[in-house]
Amino acid sequence: MYRIGLDIGSTTIKAVVLDEKDNIIYKSYQRHRAMIKEKTQELLSEMEASIPENEPASLVITGSAGMGMAERIGVGFVQEVIATQIAVESYPETIDAVIELGGEDAKVLFLTGGVEVRMNGSCAGGTGAFIDQMAVLLDVDLEQLNELAKKAKRIYPIASRCGVFAKTDIQPLLNQGAAKEDIALSIYHAVVNQTIGGLAQGRDFVGRIMFLGGPLSFMDALQKSFVDVLNLSPDQAVFPENAQYYVAYGAALYANREKPVNLASLAEKIKSSNQELAEGNYLEPLFANQEEYDEFCARHAKAMVKTADLVSYDKPVTIGIDSGSTTVKVAVVGEEGELLYSVYKDNNGKAVEIVKEALEEIYKLNPQVQIKASASTGYGEELVKNAFRLDYGLVETMAHLTAAQKFMPDVEFLLDIGGQDIKCFKIKNGAIDSIFLNEACSSGCGSFISTFATSMGHEVEEFAKLGLFAPHPVDLGSRCTVFMNSSVKQAQKEGVTIDNISAGLSVSVVKNALYKVIRANSKDDLGKKIVVQGGTLLNDAILRAFEKEVEVEVVRPVIAGLMGAYGAALFAKELPIEKSQILTAEELKTFAPTVTSRICQYCGNHCQLSVNSFGDGRELISGNRCERPLNNGLLINKTTFNAYQYKLGLIGKTKAKKDAKRGHIAIPMGLNMYENWHFWHAFWTALDFEVIRSPFGNRELYLHGQHTVPSDTICYPAKLMHGHIEYLLDKGEKRIFYPCLPYNFDEHISDNHYNCPVVAYYPEVLSANMKALKEVDFSYEYFGLHNRKYFTKSMEHYLKEKYSITAKKEVAKAIEAAYQAQDNYRQGLFKYGEEALKYAKENNLPVIVLAGRPYHVDPEINHGIDKLIADFGAVVISEDCLPLENEKKRRGVLNQWTYHARLYNAADYVCTHDNIYLVQLVSFGCGLDAVTTDEVRDILERNHQLYTQIKIDEINNLGAVKIRLRSLFAAIERKK
Amino acid sequence: MAEELLAEEERVVFTKEMKENYTILVPMMLPIHFQLMQTLFAIEGYKMEIIDTRDRRVVDKGLKYTHNDICYPAQLTIGQLMDALESGKYDKHKVALMLMQTGGGCRASNYVRLLRKALKKADLAYIPVVSLNYTGMEKDPGFDLNLSFTFKLIKAIVYGDLLMCLRNQLLPYEAEEGSVNNLVDKWCREISEQFKAGKGLKKKEILANMENICRDFAQVKTAGEEKIKVGIVGEIYVKFAPLGNNNLEDFLHKEDAEVVVPGLLDFLLYTIDTHQEDRKLYGHSKAKAMIFSFLVNKFSALQNEMIAAIKRHPPLRAPSNFAHTKALAKDYIHYGVKMGEGWLLTAEMLELLDSGVNNIVCTQPFGCLPNHICGRGMVRKIKEGYPEANIVAIDYDSSATKVNQENRLKLMLSTGRKLADAQ
Repeated sequence: MYRIGLDIGSTTIKAVVLDEKDNIIYKSYQRHRAMIKEKTQELLSEMEASIPENEPASLVITGSAGMGMAERIGVGFVQEVIATQIAVESYPETIDAVIELGGEDAKVLFLTGGVEVRMNGSCAGGTGAFIDQMAVLLDVDLEQLNELAKKAKRIYPIASRCGVFAKTDIQPLLNQGAAKEDIALSIYHAVVNQTIGGLAQGRDFVGRIMFLGGPLSFMDALQKSFVDVLNLSPDQAVFPENAQYYVAYGAALYANREKPVNLASLAEKIKSSNQELAEGNYLEPLFANQEEYDEFCARHAKAMVKTADLVSYDKPVTIGIDSGSTTVKVAVVGEEGELLYSVYKDNNGKAVEIVKEALEEIYKLNPQVQIKASASTGYGEELVKNAFRLDYGLVETMAHLTAAQKFMPDVEFLLDIGGQDIKCFKIKNGAIDSIFLNEACSSGCGSFISTFATSMGHEVEEFAKLGLFAPHPVDLGSRCTVFMNSSVKQAQKEGVTIDNISAGLSVSVVKNALYKVIRANSKDDLGKKIVVQGGTLLNDAILRAFEKEVEVEVVRPVIAGLMGAYGAALFAKELPIEKSQILTAEELKTFAPTVTSRICQYCGNHCQLSVNSFGDGRELISGNRCERPLNNGLLINKTTFNAYQYKLGLIGKTKAKKDAKRGHIAIPMGLNMYENWHFWHAFWTALDFEVIRSPFGNRELYLHGQHTVPSDTICYPAKLMHGHIEYLLDKGEKRIFYPCLPYNFDEHISDNHYNCPVVAYYPEVLSANMKALKEVDFSYEYFGLHNRKYFTKSMEHYLKEKYSITAKKEVAKAIEAAYQAQDNYRQGLFKYGEEALKYAKENNLPVIVLAGRPYHVDPEINHGIDKLIADFGAVVISEDCLPLENEKKRRGVLNQWTYHARLYNAADYVCTHDNIYLVQLVSFGCGLDAVTTDEVRDILERNHQLYTQIKIDEINNLGAVKIRLRSLFAAIERKK
Repeated sequence: MAEELLAEEERVVFTKEMKENYTILVPMMLPIHFQLMQTLFAIEGYKMEIIDTRDRRVVDKGLKYTHNDICYPAQLTIGQLMDALESGKYDKHKVALMLMQTGGGCRASNYVRLLRKALKKADLAYIPVVSLNYTGMEKDPGFDLNLSFTFKLIKAIVYGDLLMCLRNQLLPYEAEEGSVNNLVDKWCREISEQFKAGKGLKKKEILANMENICRDFAQVKTAGEEKIKVGIVGEIYVKFAPLGNNNLEDFLHKEDAEVVVPGLLDFLLYTIDTHQEDRKLYGHSKAKAMIFSFLVNKFSALQNEMIAAIKRHPPLRAPSNFAHTKALAKDYIHYGVKMGEGWLLTAEMLELLDSGVNNIVCTQPFGCLPNHICGRGMVRKIKEGYPEANIVAIDYDSSATKVNQENRLKLMLSTGRKLADAQ
């Protein structure tokens, strides 16, 4: 019997026909561009032709998008991992593990030593779709990406957990001018790290490993990345022929047990099969008819901007340049705000060249042009400003507000959906009142749509238009865009047509902005005077979706995509400058920007610096975390008070007792150890132990331990713990002490004094998932530090059992030392806070309470945000420096975690004092922060205070954070 | 000025008068159990209505009124209640809401407060929210959870566990479609009637009922070969509530599997039991620990009777008792892990494996912190002890898609069948 395996994945469809002797007589690998029904029919007839007449053939479908199809047409289905397993078993040599990358799935199969199968969870990071997105971002096709990667010289750290994170890492690299070759290879390495980090979950890759799936068969540079990172010998890495067909091949083998089918009638069935549409999953059409659309277009055409001709314009002009994450916008504006010239272009990683061309054109159109002033904004603000010697750089939010007010002076709400960010702010009395920026997890909205359009084989404009009259837009949910991938997959599975998917995506982007970013509860939250802008909202479908959702007719300036540049130009008009220092036409001729990169050697951080030289001796260094590379290594200490650095310093200053009688005891420096370090250090030192600690976090440390992290969605501080343990094990430490502490100290400001479940019990996870811990003495007993008397009792018992320390006096002394140290530490913090506040007052400096949890002090966790704030000239303190209230306040939430109680306490303090503002650090994946952020925001907003939240994860890019902080400082300025 | 602005958040108390003429709305979790408990509440004079709406509106309301990143169970239950309030079916001035509150170190303890926040957003802050808790966190004069009533509720839960356990093991094999569910319905009605007549709660009556229930179920005509068994564990709400887990039980039935779901009583026993550990580890109140120890024993006795009754009627299979389940976890996770489902989650997986159920779905709301520890975090260690364990962890939230979940479930089922064939 002939057998057919049909593998319908999220992006591709693969087919294999086997003859009686298991020879492959037909194979096909194609992108289906969401046209699964049509493609399948096509393939069926092709396959039918490949099989000799009257030969019976059976068929089995596999793949995530094939499930529904198999059900509907009544043929066999095999789960794709099982199909893979069957295929691999037919391979002549023993395979120990399989790594398979598909469109949106990544799988790891361990075949020997206990069969285990792992699939990526709800996240499509590190898969084919991710690589596709990244290729689009670099403006290359997959083949070129592969070729680029081969020429790479260095690897940048790129977060691989999802496409969106990676984008936020890559975009600045592109904007800073990093080499595409290097980025290409970095992308591959990110994929490798994601696969290992997400799917190995504590198992090592040993023996012979087979690599399967489309991406791994087409891209040899990706293959090499896997081999390099896993350190495989040529014999160990198996890249079989037909790797992209393997799953289909397995399905065909599986079809052995099926009855023959009639292919022609199957094709018929597919044609006539109408997916059952689930009730309630469909939305109202965006436009019911052409008239509605015409009316809509006419209304928005009214939001005009005055124009004039640049060629003949003889009054002074200003230039605004918005170098965004994916596009570059240039606007030349006349005295009355009339638009004289504009450019809107995809930057394709070449922002500087585009701006150069634009300026050349401006000089060409009007050689006599009098440029009064110029300003840049957007992600590439600094680069553009320096490259072209512009007069000013302003934060995007200010640029957009300035532009919006030109169209609607009494604007109350401004929404901007750009390529990668959603920015919105409320405006009160003409000033920015609260700012909402999308968090790392939901960014990328605009570029998501265009990537999606491209992957489905459409131009973005055309793709969006498809949705305008879609009768049943599919409901794709309102979470982060990455998750939409799977929602779309589901819709495809149900056979939803592309117009309805397009309309659904438009609605999702809007809902995402409203409910995820702005967190609006009712439509009235936004007010009635709304201006929308940003390239993404140029799209009529998205704009319509927004109007329908908020039930307000909003203003979209005809230059919605240009508002950043236009605003910057308007802003520049107000600068006290007579003549811009912008490069002249003459200077432009010799302008030749080059980028080199080097590793900064001034400190242990070894930042990877990108150095842009502009051909005339000027250069711009970026990628630095401090100012030393800018000042020939000198550290100019602008920082006055920075509690984060102070706390790190305190830990750094503690000394281990040398030649301690009882030997080493090692402590992983993470999570609650940042709070309790002084306690335990004093305790063990008093007992004559030499206390060793792992270093403060860094990325290498994380990568070192990531293969044992069992849960890919847990917070980054927890993930780092695995690296800390690995570090201590590498150092040969034999005794690791990391107790479980469900309870924290009771500071009498809360209903209870718990730690969060992760802080409380993470040692359990380490013990269960890090095999190497079995070889050492890993001590993770449960203690309650809040009850000193009982703690003493349990400690006496523990020390007696463990170290035969029986002298109660000795224990008591150690405990006294521990509590004393803890007390000194806390009192020291209060005192530091007091001094900082006093200093700020005397010098009239703003104070930022960078509020989070004690472990946010770790530089790898906060990515240097504390220093960034200090660089803005503010005094930085942490939530635990502020005096505790002397009573338990009743909160809107159950207040039962010590760390959180301090947050609320700090929020209250901020509300009752002047010139002090709160910025909350939130770890991505921290479930408890869903509770705390709302409560902190409530407390602040009830008291008309600004609330700023920064979500942090493994991403190391501070671009979005900078915008937020600059906007905050701009708002503080305005408030005064 | 600040003092004023920082005004206390007062809560609306559920008064004795309200008990007379207010309807208390409760979101559904476990159909059988809740039906029986509802009857008991009615006998005590509470008008209670269980809300079981399941359409998309519920999720939308949840997203609208709660933080987008809060646990899925909070989104769903609060969504259901807010949806009910906005449905126009209830007089908003004659209605109260109820949620359970465990008071542990997990964010679930905050649902009651989050519901109040939601009400405030909807300008419905005058609606009282009753907290069903045993930690004394909140007390309402109109809502009296005295010991004798609590005992009654526990008995209803044991009935519920029994019926659920028998239903699950017979449903995939019934020769006559509908016979098992009919029997469940019949007994739910019967027990409710007994409750109303003041019966069914004394030990003798309970034993007789258990015996009769088991006999009835043992007589259900069955057919077909033995099916693959799949256990469901996880966060309490998404484990039990079909709304929370995308009808997981139905899906598994359709995939020709037999579903095994550990009962609700174990969870209650676990929450009570942790007090003893608190005493041991942190020196918490001895008296409290003693009372709770007494209660664990008392309720366990009831569970043991249930198990004995099932065992008297082979081929019906009984679950392990609490003590045994707990003992299984000893070498895997510390009993000090008490937030969320804590060590019980690990123990339930072990209990399933111990009784030959090798395939397990570990359900969890996306971002559930305790689950990172005692669910996913323990899988590797469990596999060391039970190499045949086939565990899949599934995340549930408002935007997780069925196709991804089902694909992973299918993989688990295929792997399970393959492992079973190999043995």
